[in-house]
Order: sequence, then C-alpha cells, then structure tokens
Amino acid sequence: MHPAFAGLVTIVIGVGGCLAYFWLSNQFLDKVLFPARGPNAGRNINRANQIRPWLFLFPALFALSLYLAYPVIETIRLSLTERVTQSDGSTIYQFVGLANYAQMADDPKFWEAMFNNMMWLIVVPALSTAFGLLAAQLTDRIKWGNIAKSLIFMPMAISFVGAAVIWKLIYDARPPDASQIGVVNAIYVGLTGNDPVQLLTVPFWNNFFLMIVLVWIQTGFAMVILSAALRGIPEETIEAAIVDGANPFQIFFKIKMPQIMGTIVVVWTTITLVVLKVFDIVFAMTNGQWGTQVLANYMYNQLFVTRDWGVGSASAMIIMLLVTPILIWNVRNARAEMRG
Amino acid sequence: MDNIAGSKSSLTWAVHISVVFLVAAWLFPTLGLFVSSFRTADQIASSGWWSSLTSSEQNLTLRAGAPDTAVQEGDLFVIEGNLFALEGVPEATVANWGISARELGAFEPGDTAEMRNGSLMTVEANGDFRQTSETAFEGRRGDRIFLTAAVPPDFTLANYEQVLLSGDSTDSMAKAFFNTLTVTIPATIIPIVIAAFAAYALAWMDFPGRALLIAFVVGLLVVPLQLALIPLLKLHLGIGIGKGYLGTWLAHTGFGLPLAIYLLRNYMVGLPRDIIENARVDGATDFQIFTKIILPLSFPALASFAIFQFLWTWNDLLVAKVFLIDATGQTTVMTNQIVELLGTRGGNWEILATAAFVSISVPLVVFFAMQKYLVRGLLAGSVK
Repeated sequence: MHPAFAGLVTIVIGVGGCLAYFWLSNQFLDKVLFPARGPNAGRNINRANQIRPWLFLFPALFALSLYLAYPVIETIRLSLTERVTQSDGSTIYQFVGLANYAQMADDPKFWEAMFNNMMWLIVVPALSTAFGLLAAQLTDRIKWGNIAKSLIFMPMAISFVGAAVIWKLIYDARPPDASQIGVVNAIYVGLTGNDPVQLLTVPFWNNFFLMIVLVWIQTGFAMVILSAALRGIPEETIEAAIVDGANPFQIFFKIKMPQIMGTIVVVWTTITLVVLKVFDIVFAMTNGQWGTQVLANYMYNQLFVTRDWGVGSASAMIIMLLVTPILIWNVRNARAEMRG
Repeated sequence: MDNIAGSKSSLTWAVHISVVFLVAAWLFPTLGLFVSSFRTADQIASSGWWSSLTSSEQNLTLRAGAPDTAVQEGDLFVIEGNLFALEGVPEATVANWGISARELGAFEPGDTAEMRNGSLMTVEANGDFRQTSETAFEGRRGDRIFLTAAVPPDFTLANYEQVLLSGDSTDSMAKAFFNTLTVTIPATIIPIVIAAFAAYALAWMDFPGRALLIAFVVGLLVVPLQLALIPLLKLHLGIGIGKGYLGTWLAHTGFGLPLAIYLLRNYMVGLPRDIIENARVDGATDFQIFTKIILPLSFPALASFAIFQFLWTWNDLLVAKVFLIDATGQTTVMTNQIVELLGTRGGNWEILATAAFVSISVPLVVFFAMQKYLVRGLLAGSVK
C-alpha cells in the first residue's frame, strides 16, 4: 500500500473513531440507559445529565492520566530502581533507593549539564524577553510594524532541527585558505585576518552560540505577547507623563514597564519552561559534545544510548523538580482566578 | 499616541532604522538556508550565499576544444567554440584571461595570445574562442584557459529534484514528508475533538470536583514530556502497540491535551451565558448545545490550538524518535531525516539546506496564512 494511502486510511480510522465514541456514547446514554420517556422520564433526564459530564471528560481524563500523570509517578518509581535481567531472560525492577541519584551526582557530565542548563535559564529568557520588548516597543510605533512583527515572529514556526541546520550554516568554518561560507567566520576572518574558528567547539562560548538559536526562535513569542500588553496600557498614564515633560525613555522605563511587569513575568516563565525542555537544538548541533550538554539531552543519552533507565529517570526527575515551582505558581494563579 | 504633544521627535528615524536592523537580523539566517537550497554544491562550497545574489568575479579554469574538433581552413587548423558552452557552465562575462596559472589575467577579451605549442588563441568577452595553428593539433584534450569572469546569479532546482524526486533512500525526503503528514494530521485533529468535549464540560456543566480538575489540567500544562518517555514506551511495548503511528498519535494527543483543554475552556467560558441557557430552556441536550452552538462559536480558539498542535507535531523530533521510529527506519519523519543527514552528509550543504527547507516550508505557509489565529491563541494562553 502506498504510504500516503495508508496514512489516509489511518487518519480516517483515528479521527472517525474519536467522533464515533462521543456520538455513540451520548446516544447510548439518552436512548438506552436513561431514555427520556416512559414513567421515569424526568428522573432519567437528571441522571443522564449527571453522567454526561464524565462522558464528555472521560477520554481527556483518561489520556491525561495515562500520558502525563501516570508517567510522573512511574518515573519517580523507576528513578529508585535498577533494571536487572534475570537468568531466565525476564527483567525485574529492583529497588535501589537513591543509588541512581548518587551515581548521577558522581557523573561530571551531569554537573556540566546542570551548569549549562542554569546558564540557559538565565540567558535565554533574559535575552528573548529583552529583544521581544524592544521589538514590540519599536514596531508599535511605525506603519509597517505589522510586517516587521510577522517577520521577527516567523522563526517560531521553524522546527528546532530546522533552526539547527540554519545556524550550523551560519557557524560553518572552512579551512583557512578556502573562502568562508559561514557568515560569522566570513566576518571574523575578513576583519581580523585570523584563521577561521570552529565555533561550536570553542569551550564555554559554544553554549552561547547554541543559546542564540533559541533566543532567535523565542523573541517573536515574547514580542507578540508584550506588544499586546503595551497596547493595553491606558493612554491617560502616558499622556500625563508627556504633559509632565517625560522623554520617551522615561515613558518606557518608568511608565510602561511597571504596568506590564505581570506580562513580562508570564513571558519569562513560559520561555523558562521551553528552556528546561530544550533538546532538539543541542542534539542536532553538538549532541552535548565539547561541553555543551544540557539536562534534556543528558537524559536522552542515558535512556537511549547508555540504556540506563534508572539514571535516565533520575535526571528526568531533576527536570521535573526544576519545573515544579512554576507548576505550583500556575496552579495557585488559576485557582485564585477562578475564585475571583 | 506618541505623536501627540509635539513629540514627533527625531527618534522616528532611529526607530525605523532599528526595526530594519532587527528584521534583517532575524530574517538573515532563514534567507541563507533558502538561497543555499537553490545553489549547487560547488557554488555553496566556493562562496558565501550572500555573494550569490549579485554577479560575482570568479576564477574559472576551462578547456578549449579538443584537437579532434579542429577543422582545416586553407593552411590553418582551427578550433572554434564557446568556452562556457563546451564545459557546460553557465554563461558569464570574461573580464580577463590567461594561458597559465601563474599569469592570471594577462590578456583582455579580444586579445590574441601565443600558446606554448605555437598556436594562437583569441578569447572574446562572451567566451567565444578561436585557436589557430599552422600545424595539426596533437594530444587528446584541449588547452586550458584561465578566466576571470563575472558570473551572474545562477540558481538551480536540482537540489529539490534530488531531495524530493530522486528516490535515493539516504537523501529522500518524499517518504519522510508523507510520514510526517501521517503523524501530524491525526495528532492535530484527535486532541481537538477530545479536548473540545472536555473543555465544554469544564466550562458549562456543573459537577462536583470541577475546580479540582481545572487545577489538574493547569498543573499538567508544564509537566515536561521527558518524564513520559520511558513509562509510556514501556507501556506501549507492554500492551503490544510497540513503536508506530498509533502510539505516536496517542502520545501527541496526551501531550497536547492540557493546552487544548486550557485554551478551549478559557474561550468557552467567555461565550455569552444567555445563548446556552436559552437553548437549555428550549429543551436542547448538552450534546446538541455543544455541537450546534458551542463548536461553531469556538472556531477561533479551535483554529488557534490546531495551529499550535500542527506546528508542534510537525516540528517534533523527540516524540517521533521515541515512539515512532523503529530499527527499520521505514517510518522516519523529516526532522529525524535531517538530523541523520547532519550526521552522514554534514558537509553537503546543498542537500541539507534543501531538506531543511522542505521541512520548514509547510509550517511557514501555515504560519503566514493563519498568523491571526496563532497570535490570538498565544494571547489567550499566556496573558490573563
């Protein structure tokens, strides 16, 4: 069967199955289980309406529990166990306490990943938010701002892998006597006359070359959100400042910034979440070599290269722990909002 | 509003220039990939892509016609032709030329030079040459001419043919393209269907535990999918799904649901209460209200999420690597194909750039076509 056709059939079955569930289950509830006729019509309608929310929710709750909630629990368990293959070929998971965590703590690669991740956590959200704010503020003031915005926003649609290829071309280095096809080295060699540099292998700084890729992608996101927030600022506050003789910089830093602080925090945390999970960029560009390891790629290596599920799960738990403060903060905000 | 109170300041120019600079900086990387995908391997390796947009001075070494193409004109043996046409290189304008590598540019177009074998060579600006000799030409190959020529921009679709149509299994993106599509479409539609029902229940139905469930969804929004890899792979292998499309769709559905439910619920809560209560009074069931009223009204939110999920599943590498791609490699997706090309053909930029551009072109089209909904979704998802 041609792959396109096979794909089409599976699409129809998958989507059709979903729609069929909702339609059939509701039909079953209304026509068979609690029909809205006969002596108990009134009570049946009530009963059906009590059950219906769960009918509506069931697939979602099932998928959420199975695909997100259960893995959290299971990962905790796996991080405390060791996979042992027994003599008859079966595998069991032996409880080993915190041994996986201890083993991880002895691994210099892990600490390299931790250190790099912390740098990512500071640099990427900060630069993305700063550039986003700058772009938002500038583009809001000009006629062709919307076109400019959409072009700055565009990298958002590009996959991390695609971005990795794009930036590898930029960082490319040719032998000293050949003409440089990577723009960074072309400029560097042109200006200084030095030999070209393999940028992705330069210790420490190569981390920043990788971070730039994510900043490039995330700036558009920050810009869109912050631009909406800037437009939401009441005009009176700005007019009052202008009347009082404030210059544009004062207006921006003293009047506008404080009023969009809440949004800046939201943007910052959202990008933080992206950073914590960053995998593709590092995987495609350096695969953690030359001191560029990050947690997500470290975990991937443990899981699928070293095949040590215990340590892999332990490092996944570290990512989870780093996310937890944001999780708690989000949940509290959501609850406060619903009450208010 | 910045223009009131006479503040049409000198900053306006600075703003325009800064924005031009920002846009250029953000566009430049993608443009480089795009331009490179239309260049041949030699062009990419010999000059930066930025220089391909204008005519460039290049040093070319071309061979004149071979001795066996000579014709006799009276006493003279003559070889005539066009240097560019003979070698199959695109036409260019000769700036100057020479007959040895040590004396590049010794002659102007139209000049006549005496070759080492005693023959006379004339090269015109358009590459036409005429080589004459009083004795018969010997040897197998033509003489070498060293040209400095202004080569006009030259682009080719050959890379796209190679990547999309050649069927070469290492380079081919055609199969990966369909595989990606097969992953993406159900993985976008299924979570929408599931989440829409759930979001309606969470927005407009009364039942105990609703607030708790909403908090549950908000909490799951940020759970890193890294945690799910091993437990779910174990589960899939355990219940016999193994690695394949089904498992991938389910995984994408699970990972996309929190955002879908959250976005759709937020949107649905904002729909006017009157419409829904009137429908209830008229005897519509929740199922009817949902399909006839809520779904059509929620179109903007559905579109927003659809774009998110589409971009995310199309661009995904990790989920595909873990849940889809097995040892046979038959189900590889484009992102994975590109990573493999990075490994096997790291220096072949023409293939890499083209493959990458094929993979990002679809999201870019979707992005520009539906940007409005994407922005709306982002705003609904993060600004409260």
